[in-house]
Amino acid sequence: MEPATIHRLASLLPPERLLSRPEQLAAYESDGLTAFRTRPLAVAIPETSDEVINLVRFCHDERLPFVARGSGTSLSGGSLPVPGGIVIGLNRLNRILRLDPALRIAVVEPGVVNTQVSLAAAPHGLHYSPDPSSQSICTIGGNVAFNSGGAHCLKYGMTSNHVLGLRAVLATGEVVVWGGPSRENAGPDWCGLFTGNEGLFGIALEITLQLLPRPERFHTVLAGYSSLEQAGDAVSEIIASGLLPGAIEIMDALALEAAKASVHAEYPPGCEAVLIVELEGPREVVDVDSARLGEILAGSGAVGIHQARSASERLAIWKGRKNAFSAVGRLSPDFIVQDGVVPRRRLGEALRRVGEMSRQAGLRCANVFHAGDGNLHPLILFDGRIPGALERAEALAGQILRMCIEMGGSITGEHGVGIEKRDFLPEMFNANEIDCLLRLRAAFDPLGIANPGKMFPSAEAPALKQHGLHPLEKAGLLSRE
Amino acid sequence: MKAPIAPASVTELIEVVRSCPRLLAFGTGTKPRMSAVGVTRVSMSRLRGIVEYEPSEFTFTAMAGTPMREVCHTLAGRGQYLPFDPLLVDAGATLGGTVAAGLSGPGRLRFGGLRDFILGVQFVDGMGRALRMGGKVVKNAAGFDLPKFFVGSLGRFGVLVELTFKVFPAPHSTLTLKLAASNVEAGARILVEAASARWEVEALDIVPGNCDVFVRLAGPTEPLQEMAKDIFTRWPGEKLSGVEAEVIWSELREFRWAYADGPLIKVALTPPVLPALYQALQPHKEVRIQVSGGGNMAFASLRDTEQAEAFSNSLRDLCLSAVALRGVGPLWYGAHASSKIAQAVKHALDPDNRFPGLDE
Repeated sequence: MEPATIHRLASLLPPERLLSRPEQLAAYESDGLTAFRTRPLAVAIPETSDEVINLVRFCHDERLPFVARGSGTSLSGGSLPVPGGIVIGLNRLNRILRLDPALRIAVVEPGVVNTQVSLAAAPHGLHYSPDPSSQSICTIGGNVAFNSGGAHCLKYGMTSNHVLGLRAVLATGEVVVWGGPSRENAGPDWCGLFTGNEGLFGIALEITLQLLPRPERFHTVLAGYSSLEQAGDAVSEIIASGLLPGAIEIMDALALEAAKASVHAEYPPGCEAVLIVELEGPREVVDVDSARLGEILAGSGAVGIHQARSASERLAIWKGRKNAFSAVGRLSPDFIVQDGVVPRRRLGEALRRVGEMSRQAGLRCANVFHAGDGNLHPLILFDGRIPGALERAEALAGQILRMCIEMGGSITGEHGVGIEKRDFLPEMFNANEIDCLLRLRAAFDPLGIANPGKMFPSAEAPALKQHGLHPLEKAGLLSRE
Repeated sequence: MKAPIAPASVTELIEVVRSCPRLLAFGTGTKPRMSAVGVTRVSMSRLRGIVEYEPSEFTFTAMAGTPMREVCHTLAGRGQYLPFDPLLVDAGATLGGTVAAGLSGPGRLRFGGLRDFILGVQFVDGMGRALRMGGKVVKNAAGFDLPKFFVGSLGRFGVLVELTFKVFPAPHSTLTLKLAASNVEAGARILVEAASARWEVEALDIVPGNCDVFVRLAGPTEPLQEMAKDIFTRWPGEKLSGVEAEVIWSELREFRWAYADGPLIKVALTPPVLPALYQALQPHKEVRIQVSGGGNMAFASLRDTEQAEAFSNSLRDLCLSAVALRGVGPLWYGAHASSKIAQAVKHALDPDNRFPGLDE
């Protein structure tokens, strides 16, 4: 950075909250997409909304690119720094400003960690529904920017279905306030448009989240199958029955192997796939629904069915599921997580083709996915130390994404496009549609300074590549999903 | 008035957009105030029909001019529904009009409003381009979420052509209870407490005239009876028969309680505001109010436009914003802020201002 720019930037923050030495910047070079690495010119660590606003206005005046960052768990490289730009680290804006049990809302700053919201709401019998696997570390600001999902989206949707209000600073420096504590509004849905902007519109400063009553009862069942297809067929049966589970998840053999080794999860012997179904609701309703679910599973050819008998058994089932991805890291030095969506009825076909494609590519691929909403998560295992392995893995990932588009699905269900899938956006949208998205981006950010190089194909210099687990993943603090 | 243009295909619609300097699409005019602007009116009535319906996917795609009645009927045939209780279905509301108006009914309490079920949209922008945004699968995070933005946008940013929605399996049965509340404070307390309680109720509305709360439970038949007993230990009330319940909910969905000619206004609010709102309306006893969606919205019916200004001022004092569905008078009521970004987004989607602005 030009010394003069640094000097001017230094007037906005005390020196200990403006990092520019290489050893300070190293931790910010990458995020949950560990294959990419870029060193930012500086990292600014604001502690208040006003400081964030001043930083963004500074960037606007100086035409300086910025990337907002929470805990850096993006799996699409959404918080990868931009060459020549700064990172605005939001972790210190971590206050829950208001928690109103009567309105069932929480107003939070962007650096609040996802699980903290539910923890704060728990004494009131409430919870925050979206539950990405990284929820113990990822922040609400990042969840809003990428419209994060999780295992429980089938019934209650993704982040955007829970954002009622926003105060945000746009890349132009304009501060906007949209929505509020009501679940309804008058006029266009600005919160809906902002959520999932991937950091290209600006930075959320205060987020009003909807809280839901914590379900009185959970009924969590794990069923083992001798083939993935059987597990998939069981999902179709459940959907056709009219039940509406909170979550329907599948793990394949390789993912099970990893989970067993990592968190010592136990699965029915001899099974090649595991289905997790969770019903939730008032006890009277869950009692009736669980009986129906039991009948369906009993006739589904399962080799073993295990029902969680206690809250701790339920947590154990979910622990195996949510840690599956980092567990796979034990089987392989590197992996890429994909996030494509296919129509639910074509899940079986999609998994078969993923299997064929990975065999042809000579790469192992584990599958852990949100079966209820057709959201695949193939994990492509490779060893980045072998020349050409990363490229082969990326080629396979590309084949899988194209298959999702061809089947009428999406390149991303919940991880966002980021830098990882930006070249695939034009395969989902035609030239006019891309133009429309770019025009919208320009409306919010005419200078193109907010997280440039993400979402859209870009001529900008590619990021450096690295391999290995994310340091937080190695420490067991971060899970990918 | 000149008969509106009614394109019969997307190609014809594109031609219309490109050849009209100023236009606004409408469906069947069940929310006439929202499209009452002095520009060329384009009827979407011929762009109708369900394009795709995959019950196993929980999704359907239909043209904007499709009557909501047809959508609901088709879904019901396969045991599915739109949980947000579309409004004015019997009156002939269309799918596109419902999206553009941003209207959800009492059932929005349980699983969310229309915004939470829209997945994808095809629309014609101000440059006459047919564009698809969002997707046709229940989960998708690619691109900016324009489908949500169009909810409540009143057709001012583009003409909606085709919409994709998520649907849910319909509950086996419903049970409606009427809980007695002597005043609005008591009614508002029931709204707050019942919405947070274990029963996961589907709807909580206060009908015009008194402050009694109507609760709708949905699910398997037997458990609903059990939960009703439990609810009655908390508040006194009575069960409604199936017929009585259908009359009540249908009256609410169709606004049969409202003045036929006066302004009908949707107000976004929260239950704790209700006492202050009712207080502010004391001098205007002829204003009728339905509180809906667990107290997240109210529909107010004014006898005539003379009351509009006072009503709008009351809302502004309470920092509430509102939009009119029908009647002569203002489109926007209460607090109403404009922003630079709103103009910039308008310019991005409609650079030549072919569609009227939100303030026209």
